[in-house]
Amino acid sequence: MSEPSGKTPAARPDSIRTEDAPRAAGVIATPARPVLSAADFRPQLARLQRRMFLRSSLSLGAVSMLAGCTLQDGDTVDKVLWSMSRWNDRVQAWLFSGARLAPTYARSQITQPFPFNAFYQEFDVPEVDGGDYRLEVSGLVADKRSWSLAQLRALPQAGQITRHICIEGWSAVGEWRGVPLRTFLQRIGADTTARYVGFKCADRYYSSLDMATALHPQTMLALDFGSEPLPPRYGYPLKLRVPTKLGFKNPKHIAALFVTNENPGGYWEDQGYNWFSGI
Amino acid sequence: MRKPTPAAARRAIVHPLAVRATHWINAFAMTCMVMSGWAIYNASPLFGFHFPAWATVGGWLGGSIAWHFAAMWLLCANALLYLGYGLATRHFRRHFLPLSARAALRDAGLALRLRLPHRPGAYNAVQRLMYVAVLLLGVLVVASGLAIWKPVQLWWLAGLFGGFDTARRVHFFAMAGIVGFVAVHLALVVAVPSTLLPMFTGRARRGHHGEAEA
Repeated sequence: MSEPSGKTPAARPDSIRTEDAPRAAGVIATPARPVLSAADFRPQLARLQRRMFLRSSLSLGAVSMLAGCTLQDGDTVDKVLWSMSRWNDRVQAWLFSGARLAPTYARSQITQPFPFNAFYQEFDVPEVDGGDYRLEVSGLVADKRSWSLAQLRALPQAGQITRHICIEGWSAVGEWRGVPLRTFLQRIGADTTARYVGFKCADRYYSSLDMATALHPQTMLALDFGSEPLPPRYGYPLKLRVPTKLGFKNPKHIAALFVTNENPGGYWEDQGYNWFSGI
Repeated sequence: MRKPTPAAARRAIVHPLAVRATHWINAFAMTCMVMSGWAIYNASPLFGFHFPAWATVGGWLGGSIAWHFAAMWLLCANALLYLGYGLATRHFRRHFLPLSARAALRDAGLALRLRLPHRPGAYNAVQRLMYVAVLLLGVLVVASGLAIWKPVQLWWLAGLFGGFDTARRVHFFAMAGIVGFVAVHLALVVAVPSTLLPMFTGRARRGHHGEAEA
């Protein structure tokens, strides 16, 4: 890894000690868009060990609480917390049911206005030209042709009114329509015995799903919000909608999708948000 | 059977080892849970205030959540050990029952007038009520926490609390109740410092305690 800024989010862990990490990250994380390739997505764990994000976790309170213990060594605490997070991934995968549906709501219960949330401010939302747009497909799939919006809209569509739950604690009900990811994976001849589906976005964001969640009936590549095409702030032209995961596992402005057996991690996941983050 | 020596009689075991061990593990786990929980609260406050950063742990939301979801295993495993011990040895029945509001009021009145007799190893009615209440709050805080952790997989639990947003509030108020208990608990330790050492050694001199402890 010669150029760390290429795949490390510009919001270095050290720089986001504030309480409001996403906002702080947004301020810092706006430099030139790096070129992402599949090779950039190396196994998560190798990188995780090096990350010292939790060095900053020994806040004054913890230091006073742990005074006298040897836990002031941030690396040790880091390792414990990271391995607990990987343990929590396994527990959640075990808890996850591919058949259990997220609760759905009536149109009258939709949150107005639906909140905007990203690792940057709204004026930095990427502008994507729908006419030129192509969804790139790669990895363990039979058909690697890219997809235009018209082709995606020609696939069977489904809709849902579900609750988006943010890791910050707030939640909002919204309505999305689009192609069930399961349908799409079948169309591209994806190896559904592979472990992960990864996503790369037009705004440098990236994330990934376990295959079980990718095949869940409510997991979809959303094209519409309500009855309209996704507006830019909600992820035009294509957004992943996963009502069985926290909000940050619902990447917007998706540019590429790939199927892999190596955990692709994610923008927040690689900084310390729990990777599975099922709900 | 030999009669206990006078010294042994004066230094009876008031806190069995299992109670002391689970108490201190719980104190550590609960401190981690509350401090990281306050940091998580700060990311999207339910009410018009923040918790001060010095009272939080984790440094940023991802770190605080990592703390919360690591310490929860320690908290729950320790709680299960304690509950198992309390039920199997009848510790709960001996120390927490009977419960009566009238007796609690009477003992509270006596305590305020500094006339509450104290026997080490035996809890008065106010203590019994507070311990049982905080145990129930513990059950509530874990149940509501599970509901907001897994509102889809544990939909029935979230539904029991009236949905995700209500469960979040229940989680907050259960935390507030526990923190309130801890405040009284610590204030009484400060008021009657002789109750602190037996929580480490298990032993207390008979008739040497103060009149109140929680």
